[in-house]
Amino acid sequence: MLNILRQDRGGKILLAILMIAIVLVPFLNLALPSEHPLHVQTYTVTLMGKYLCYALLALAVDLVWGFLGILSLGHAAFFALGGYAMGMYLMRQIGSRGVYGDPVLPDFMVFLNWQELPWFWQGFDQFWFAALMVVLIPGLLAFVFGYFAFRSRVSGVYLSIITQAMTYALLLSFFRNEMGFGGNNGLTDFKDILGYSLQSDQTRIALFVASCAALIGGYLICRAIVASRLGRLSVAIRDAESRTRFIGYRVDTVKLWIFVISAMLAGVAGALYVPQVGIINPGEFAPINSIEVVVWVALGGRATLFGAVAGAVIVNYAKSWFTVELPEVWLFFLGALFVLSTLYLPKGIVGLVKSKSSTMTSNSKDEESTAQISEAKA
Amino acid sequence: MSAQVHNLPLGKQVIEPVQKFFQRDQVFDFLVPQHHPLLDTRHKILLYLEGVSVSFDGFKAIDDLNLYIEEGELRCIIGPNGAGKTTMMDIITGKTKPDNGQVWLGSNINLLEMDEAQIANAGVGRKFQKPTVFEFLSVWENLELAMAGPRGPWQVFLSKLTGEQKDDIERVLSIIGLSDQLALSAGSLSHGQKQWLEIGMLLMQRPKLLLVDEPVAGMTHQEMDRTAELLTSLAGQHSVVVVEHDMDFVRSIANKVSVLHQGHILAEGSMSEVQNNAKVKEVYLGE
Repeated sequence: MLNILRQDRGGKILLAILMIAIVLVPFLNLALPSEHPLHVQTYTVTLMGKYLCYALLALAVDLVWGFLGILSLGHAAFFALGGYAMGMYLMRQIGSRGVYGDPVLPDFMVFLNWQELPWFWQGFDQFWFAALMVVLIPGLLAFVFGYFAFRSRVSGVYLSIITQAMTYALLLSFFRNEMGFGGNNGLTDFKDILGYSLQSDQTRIALFVASCAALIGGYLICRAIVASRLGRLSVAIRDAESRTRFIGYRVDTVKLWIFVISAMLAGVAGALYVPQVGIINPGEFAPINSIEVVVWVALGGRATLFGAVAGAVIVNYAKSWFTVELPEVWLFFLGALFVLSTLYLPKGIVGLVKSKSSTMTSNSKDEESTAQISEAKA
Repeated sequence: MSAQVHNLPLGKQVIEPVQKFFQRDQVFDFLVPQHHPLLDTRHKILLYLEGVSVSFDGFKAIDDLNLYIEEGELRCIIGPNGAGKTTMMDIITGKTKPDNGQVWLGSNINLLEMDEAQIANAGVGRKFQKPTVFEFLSVWENLELAMAGPRGPWQVFLSKLTGEQKDDIERVLSIIGLSDQLALSAGSLSHGQKQWLEIGMLLMQRPKLLLVDEPVAGMTHQEMDRTAELLTSLAGQHSVVVVEHDMDFVRSIANKVSVLHQGHILAEGSMSEVQNNAKVKEVYLGE
């Protein structure tokens, strides 16, 4: 378990921060009185929880983009599908407390004069079923999509374009009322989760803790893959795909499975995101969302994993700040950030920090890599 | 089953297939391996290319090519640009499918029915014209990935190097003379070292047949000599097919040379025989 983190200082720091946050944030929120200077407001906790979900999504993108070279511009689709699965569970939890008071049908179905629950809404009153769907549905979509795309050897910019097309197609279809997912209003007005009110501080803290735990788990999964021979194989595929094929590896199978795992992580992120923001609508499928995720990863530092997390948190914090203080500047800022980071920070913030610290302790990298090999041989 | 049912023709029709289905020694067709995993080289021939043709947009890159490579042989293939040398390698390794003809590894493995990965795992290793190694990985990791062994994602994820495998990597490192560079990233190697690393990767695959495309392009004379030594030492345990432009190099290693011209074999024999062949002089050596 600890082996996978041996070469990963950034990862250790990240996991330490997350573990501290799991303990400290609930304490600062619940135990300290609200007038205490160190008290953390519930609003802030939820905001942080939201950032963590984005971070998990960024992690999923970094796994396929950074290590496998698949520039997916459709990962928000997997995120949104996970979110919809959770949203459906939360809708069923409302029960007869909805505006129309129907014990089974969600409000929008009553409004559309539907007489009974569509088949694909069955089972979502059970949490375990919804939780399963949160990973299965994005995973299944990724499997079907990836199976055809990788088998026909679609790669590079063409693959990016069809991932955009995929998320856009989902956007359009989820907008339709006939789809049965609430049309353009999406799913909202949630009341409680597992019997606990979503408005209460305790539930919000619990969701924050769950997001932290999911990010830790997701990081460990990604790291385990990346640190194994499969991770080295991924890098090999990224850099010289046909060479890997001539060594005897089935490139498409490797790509497919890592893509599926990545989509599942994105689904979990979406499922944790929805109860914290209180709504899921087709806007989450918007192509621009997927592109933004790539910007976070690029800014944080591609192929580092913790860089993706840092990028997601930094950009989203900046977004929260800008959209309050200077709302009209935000999009220009985002665009400039992407241009500048590709021009001046090809390895992202992580690369910048690394080059600064390595000039101070010169040759440490050589020593590190020699140590790594002697470890591998031992 | 009661005897009564057996007597009924209809019951017989239904039950017999069912019984057959559940027989314990039944092996379903789709489970029977298409090829015997062991190569059959009883006839001393490792690679057969017979009547192979392929054309791209009407241009016949390979035209009725017949080539036989014996076990343990070192064969050089020479020919002017556009003679179809690289296309021939593409066909053997499954990158290009020929329009007609047969390609067999041993007398029991049909390479035309397999994809690149299967062909590689059946024992055909290929070195590209331009050295392609995994630049971001270290020399050690390059060899580790190339090593014969698990190829499925899950097995690769779980696999760890055993002591024997480490010895194997070290053995290959000393053959290709990169023992001191094992921790360096492959991208930082010199051009010649990359070529050797790539040959080393081929060796890790434990292939029966090595296809080597222009191994000495861009090498210095010392590097060339080392490469010649390396390739000749490999012949015997492996069959080696070398495609090369450099005549001095070919002269230094080859005992048998095939001349490829306009997609088919023009002449075959020792270097001196080939050089004295009138047709060869005309099209290739320009003498």
